Amino acid sequence: MIERIQVERSSRASRFLAVVGLFLLGLLIAAPLFGNRSILYLLVEIFVYIALASLWNLLAGYTGLVSIGQQAFVGLGGYSLFALTIFTGMPPLVAVLVAGIISALFAIPTGFVVFRFKGAYFAIGSWVVAEVYRLTFAQVSALGGGSGTSLPVEIVRHIANSRAERDSVIYWTGLAIVVGVLMVIYLILRSRWGLALTAIRDSEAAAESVGVDNYRTKFLIYFLAAGATGSIGALISLQKLRISPDAAFSVNDWTAFVIFIVVIGGIGRMEGPFIGTILFFILREFFADLGSWYLMFLGLFAIVTMLIMPKGIAGWLAERFDLQIFPLGRRIILPKGKQIAFSQFDTSETSERRSTTKVNDD
Amino acid sequence: MDLAATLLDGVLLGGLYALFAAGLSLIFGVMRLVNIAHGDLILLSAFVALTVTTYFRIHPLFSLLLVVPLMAILGYALQRAVFNRTLGEDILPPLLVSFGLSVFLQNALLQIFRADSQRLHAGPLETWHIDLPFGITMGALPFLMFIVAVLVIGGLQLLLYRTALGRALRAVSDDGEIAQLMGINNAHLYGVAMAISLAVVSVAGVFLGIRANFDPSIGPTRLIFAFEAIIIGGLGDLWGTLAGGVILGVAQTLGGRINPGYQILAGHLVFLAILTVRPQGFFPRTR
Repeated sequence: MIERIQVERSSRASRFLAVVGLFLLGLLIAAPLFGNRSILYLLVEIFVYIALASLWNLLAGYTGLVSIGQQAFVGLGGYSLFALTIFTGMPPLVAVLVAGIISALFAIPTGFVVFRFKGAYFAIGSWVVAEVYRLTFAQVSALGGGSGTSLPVEIVRHIANSRAERDSVIYWTGLAIVVGVLMVIYLILRSRWGLALTAIRDSEAAAESVGVDNYRTKFLIYFLAAGATGSIGALISLQKLRISPDAAFSVNDWTAFVIFIVVIGGIGRMEGPFIGTILFFILREFFADLGSWYLMFLGLFAIVTMLIMPKGIAGWLAERFDLQIFPLGRRIILPKGKQIAFSQFDTSETSERRSTTKVNDD
Repeated sequence: MDLAATLLDGVLLGGLYALFAAGLSLIFGVMRLVNIAHGDLILLSAFVALTVTTYFRIHPLFSLLLVVPLMAILGYALQRAVFNRTLGEDILPPLLVSFGLSVFLQNALLQIFRADSQRLHAGPLETWHIDLPFGITMGALPFLMFIVAVLVIGGLQLLLYRTALGRALRAVSDDGEIAQLMGINNAHLYGVAMAISLAVVSVAGVFLGIRANFDPSIGPTRLIFAFEAIIIGGLGDLWGTLAGGVILGVAQTLGGRINPGYQILAGHLVFLAILTVRPQGFFPRTR
């Protein structure tokens, strides 16, 4: 007789953490009521990095697109916000959204070029394109050329009248963006697309052979990530109220840090960017004054993580404690309390090992 | 005639770009490693040369006697201790490790040498020039750079196609596992390849430092130039890489003639245009 086998996606820990997460979200929504200016500013920065890192992780960790050029879309989003508000008088918050759409549209010709590169060459190719955008915006004198420009006072007033209100509005926009980005990524990964992505990352040929259209799938993800990154870029420039080509298209700020966050936190796991971002900000609070020492340390930290713990902290947690916050994996529940646990996104090697070692006999 | 002089400048500049690119191309060919830290390693050798020339008070070209072996040893050690652990089917580990190394090197140089512009002083070599017909003058230094690039690439070709080491390198490039079965020590050979790569890098670094001011932040752009020269030339062909460097150099000097702000942009745009029209480059060798 065939026994009934159940498949469960969440675990007790992940359900518990979901409740904690909702509580935390409520707290974050209410933060402007009791938080001061500098805390709100810091939180927006954290939101920005969680969102950027999650998007980079979606590209590199799930789709196999290792980009060193995502700063292109941060910069495009920022400049779009400035151009839209200054030249067309569009309300800044609407412009954040439209800036995302514009960035996504730019991703179509950009993707057409960079998708000619395969694998590691894609990384440098995307970097070249980001440099082209940076050097081009340095020539646009209407937006300040190489030295950049500030957002005019009347537009700043348009966000909200008082400074405290402006801080709150920008804060909520940031929170909305990060929650939106995470929800979209989560839904993508839970859907058929998520399976297709993992298949592509693990073996392009095998994915193609089971009917995944690799090129279209990758392009769509690239397009979506570019749009979201553009909105984040618009938010960054709205928070800073200033834009310059070197800052808006900075490879260090918007890609190097993001890569370190994902690598250290755990690539190919949705928890990775969270853990990495929190660690990044803790380290920054203590060591940022050390300047280049801090960056040397980050670089070294990333190298060592990659060498001894290639799946990062999140991967280690999942392997060691079977802990997964976002219920993206599947576990099979056998009758009589026997349990085989394995994750959807593990490589065959580890899940094989897991299925033999993690059969609990209660 | 002004245009002819600009073109000549561009062609000679291409020699320097080919020097940037040759080492990167070699290690990609041998072990499919894209070394993001390549540009920062060029800068590192320029700074090592700076230290050597100021300490021993010798001409930068003489400093090569010390810089080349130092960088080669560093390359071998780096490969055996770090990069060899990352090689495999997955392209992510080598890419991310070399990216981490790039940021590490850049900031280490910044910490030691500060952000000031530096220069390797080569004395009269900087101002010597050769008079050509039609009133064109050719700087001795750019000419020397180009000749050295041709010699380095010719030397690498001889090494790859005329020596036992070269045969082993090509064997590993074709199929690492089979090569290992034939008694080749891949880990050691990868180390040797990286040592050769960094020996070429140090020549490039010294010429970079003599030709113009440099500071720790300009490494990534040199990586990009090297990459563009390789892709324009077509993967896997070293003479193609020289041609790619020349095309890039000419594009940049022509762009710079129109407007100094367009110099680097023009190079990137020509690169992207060529990529779009002819993705395999002009002289493709691999696959």
